[in-house]
Amino acid sequence: MSNTTIVPFGPQHPVLPEPIHLDLELDDERVVQALPSIGYVHRGLELLAERHDFIEMANVAERICGICSFIHGQGYCQGIEQLMGVEVPPRAVYLRTIWGEISRIQSHLLWLGLSADALGYESLFQHSWRIREMLVDVIEETTGGRVIFGVCKVGGLRKNVDDAVLKAVRGRMRDIQTAFNEIADVFRQDPTVKKRTVGVGVLTAEDAHILGAVGPVLRGSGVAHDTRKLGYAAFGELDWEPVVEQEGDCYARCIVRVREIDQSFDIIAQCLDRMPAGEVEVSVKGKRPKGEAMFRLEQPRGEVCYYISADGKKNLARFRVRTPTFANIAPLVHMLKGCELADVPVIVLTIDPCVSCTER
Amino acid sequence: MSFLKKSPWVLHYAATSCNGCDIELLACLTPLYDVERFGIVNTGNPKHADIFLVTGSVNEESRKVVENLYAQMPDPKVVVAIGACALSGGIFRDAYNVYGGIDQVIPVDVYVPGCAARPESIIDGIVRSLDILEQRAKERKRQRKMVAL
Repeated sequence: MSNTTIVPFGPQHPVLPEPIHLDLELDDERVVQALPSIGYVHRGLELLAERHDFIEMANVAERICGICSFIHGQGYCQGIEQLMGVEVPPRAVYLRTIWGEISRIQSHLLWLGLSADALGYESLFQHSWRIREMLVDVIEETTGGRVIFGVCKVGGLRKNVDDAVLKAVRGRMRDIQTAFNEIADVFRQDPTVKKRTVGVGVLTAEDAHILGAVGPVLRGSGVAHDTRKLGYAAFGELDWEPVVEQEGDCYARCIVRVREIDQSFDIIAQCLDRMPAGEVEVSVKGKRPKGEAMFRLEQPRGEVCYYISADGKKNLARFRVRTPTFANIAPLVHMLKGCELADVPVIVLTIDPCVSCTER
Repeated sequence: MSFLKKSPWVLHYAATSCNGCDIELLACLTPLYDVERFGIVNTGNPKHADIFLVTGSVNEESRKVVENLYAQMPDPKVVVAIGACALSGGIFRDAYNVYGGIDQVIPVDVYVPGCAARPESIIDGIVRSLDILEQRAKERKRQRKMVAL
């Protein structure tokens, strides 16, 4: 019949820090079809809700993924709090918003570095990670952890941050923003970056909508959809608009992330301006969650849904997470059709695959 | 260990890790920690690697991959297990698809604890594994001489 060859991509591949496997069916250098297979990181995390009680489970939820760890913890805690009818103090809400945005910047910087590495632009990779390391210092100063924050708990936060420290954070964030702006122009204007990304892996707005893309992939295709607009945490009180790019190619998705970093710096500054005083936790002693809750948040990679079902016992009846990368795999397979073999790593990286989220 | 005769190359595989240790491992390669000053280079090819860095526990699917990668590496080689999950399964040890630590599948030489393991401790683990690597190389040389005689 046809003379196509099948090239395996992954699970262990130089550009992928995580295992995902794609079978690429090639006609010469052109990809005819891409078949993903997953399961290398499946742990069965959702079933752990039966082993750990709902307070402990916040720690497990945070370890769904090490990059967006805080946001997973936040989503879980907000879902449980909604079920129990607990009102979290405003200072805790604002601190959660700040940490959520810090982890978004951290994740986007990490991604920009990895994508630069996939383009073969090693020095840009090193610069992105140098700046990320400055941000990780801020995380370590305020939470104590570098990767797993461990500050979010049911009913608020585990620790408060002094106003003096927050003042220092404001200065540090300004320094990091200055440092970031120096390399942001390279992503925007550099001819090598443009040559590899402009017009590559195009996803139209219609396709993105039909295939259920989320996050920067959807916004890079011209659809203004950002779950933060639901107004969870402090986002309802802040002044911001979703970042949208129209072209739908790899370049547009890259620029969405570059602009979102700038936006997150702005959101953090707004939160610091309005930071309320007071306690950061309320007691949840003796209370048990009962009923069903569905909760949506915006992760660095897109929309994440949590479903929690509880029947008033110590352990949850069901805990379910639907993560953004899982939603983005269908658009990825669509984008890979008809592209060059050499562009495959770039396209795979532009959906910012987080396999441990996807498989849990 | 005062100096190294050769530059050891490392191969990284995230078995069933949550990414936390993986990004700390990548942070080791970048300017702040920069293990490349010791001559340590991250390679994607198991046939070029001396040190196998594994993060995360093993499950049914990743078990085969870990075994394959280990078998493809040339002797002498050392294995460093990074993070609580790679040591024992960590927080996921009770999960139904987790076998436990990496040592259930391949022999491990150095264990680096932490959730997530800090870059300093990862570097320490790699440096400790270098001693073992050198010993194995010497042992191998001695055995070859015996065979030649």
